[in-house]
Amino acid sequence: MINNSKSFKFVMNILVILLTLVCIIPFLLLIMSSVTSEDALALNGYSLIPAEFSFAAYEYLASNVGDILHAYLMSFVITGVGTVVSLTLTLLFAYPLSHKDLPGRKAISFFLFFTMLFNGGFVPTYLVYTNLFHITDTLAAMIVPYLLMNAFYVIMMRSYLSTSIPTEVLESARMDGANELQVLGKIVIPMAKPMLATIGLMTAIVYWNNWTNGVYFLQIRRDLYGIQNYLNAVMTNVSFLQSHSELANQMPLPSISIRMALAVIAVIPILAAYPFFQKFFVKGITVGSVKG
Amino acid sequence: MKKLKSNKFRKYLPLYLMLIPGAVYLIINNYLPMMGLALAFKDVDYSVGFLNSPWAGLDNFKYLFSSSDAFIMFRNTILYNLAFIILGNLLGIIVAIALDSLRNKFLKRFSQVVILIPYLLSTVIVSYVVYAFLSGNNGFVNNTILPMLGLEGINWYNEAGYWPVILVVVYLWMMFGYNSILYYSTVIGIDKSYYEAAVVDGAGVWDQIRYITLPLLKPTIITLVLLAVGKICYTDFGLFYQVPLNSGLLYDTTQTIDTYVYRGLLEFNDLGRSTAAGFLQSVLGFICIMIANTVVNKIDKDSALF
Repeated sequence: MINNSKSFKFVMNILVILLTLVCIIPFLLLIMSSVTSEDALALNGYSLIPAEFSFAAYEYLASNVGDILHAYLMSFVITGVGTVVSLTLTLLFAYPLSHKDLPGRKAISFFLFFTMLFNGGFVPTYLVYTNLFHITDTLAAMIVPYLLMNAFYVIMMRSYLSTSIPTEVLESARMDGANELQVLGKIVIPMAKPMLATIGLMTAIVYWNNWTNGVYFLQIRRDLYGIQNYLNAVMTNVSFLQSHSELANQMPLPSISIRMALAVIAVIPILAAYPFFQKFFVKGITVGSVKG
Repeated sequence: MKKLKSNKFRKYLPLYLMLIPGAVYLIINNYLPMMGLALAFKDVDYSVGFLNSPWAGLDNFKYLFSSSDAFIMFRNTILYNLAFIILGNLLGIIVAIALDSLRNKFLKRFSQVVILIPYLLSTVIVSYVVYAFLSGNNGFVNNTILPMLGLEGINWYNEAGYWPVILVVVYLWMMFGYNSILYYSTVIGIDKSYYEAAVVDGAGVWDQIRYITLPLLKPTIITLVLLAVGKICYTDFGLFYQVPLNSGLLYDTTQTIDTYVYRGLLEFNDLGRSTAAGFLQSVLGFICIMIANTVVNKIDKDSALF
């Protein structure tokens, strides 16, 4: 709009500044709490301005780095494998559907699309994976259920392929004797790069942040925990001990500053990468939600 | 004729083959569980297996509605979603207009980057952030904010009454950036000449918002609201399970269908109620999304799902 009201301009500026702060301050609180000495925390609680600085929490993490590094590594493996397999499935399903002349295209599209309208819900899905496929306590449990293929992204990819790659290009490649896999690898993938990047990024964030699959499907294999499940387990122990204080002496818990330090190091990779993928991320949101 | 047909088949065969991995996944992940909904009508006996368990008619549903749990979780699910839809979209629209009115390039750019950060976080991290604020002994609210106002500390994780407000605030914190960016992408697409013409006619800022921005946002608003209404039976499991730290004292205001179904199956071993609640969620969810889509189709065909 054309803005000639000083007071309106002022209010809007204040509003945006306030909301920006609302997004930043919680992180400051996490970071500041993680560098506050344990005594000061016990006395004043979590605070934006530490009464007494201490890097003991990080020293502790550095000396017990094994578990955390392992969980980190698992998060990277899960995210990497999950994203690559997911993009492959998505592209392989979207590419045939982008051919308007494919016999049965309508029925196949419906088969895909119906999964967005109706689903069996948690119990049947859980039982299929655990009783039929025995996925409990396997790496596949962290990658396959729920996350591998999103009908919405397939539809986005299909529309992108059918509007941005001219049929003539594909046809002429086939005339020159290329088989479908060559067409896919040499023409479709290079031309679909922007959409692959956008969907890949959104998928990677989902995998990095996922912790429910670990809660649902990992019972004893804690070595398969990603960083989110590791944090979740720490928090679950904390709240369990708060309601069962008689057990508190038997289970050593990370101190309150260490807990916050854990949260900080779990956030760092995503915050560090964010400025670089912010553009794709915004594109993923705006392309993805209103129009398929 | 036969030759032509086999030629055609040879042409499309590779394409059909490509569909197989995805189709297998959809069958496993989506279609098999749909058939599993039939369990809601069975008296599941693990010793004889799911297929051989006897049919139970509507017993599971009667059992579900015999306790107050059913009312509480349906009430919570729908009321929270209504609050999320109304406040989330309202805040999104306000922030989008605010972003558009900024003249300071740095603030405009910086705030757009920052407001999306909460949306990037997993609910586990969000639960840590909330805990840093609300923890009884060490929380920022009890130790810093309430004393400044001269108030006593509150045991947040034991008092159900506060959670409707807490969860709505946490939801808005997580999602307002996302909603704002969505609306903002429509707002910046509005042709500037509309505003110029309005200003020539003496329109102030509020007139421009009321007669130009909001009417042009209407299709986006309707679409987003209706799509959200289509998902009104579903909630973010992490927000309602992990952020309140699975505290049993808070079930009255934090239990939703998703947390109930999960707890029924994996924590309380109450498969009958769990499958009955899940069945209702799936069926009602389907009805809601069909209604929502029909309405979107009537208003703005391009925005409809199908």
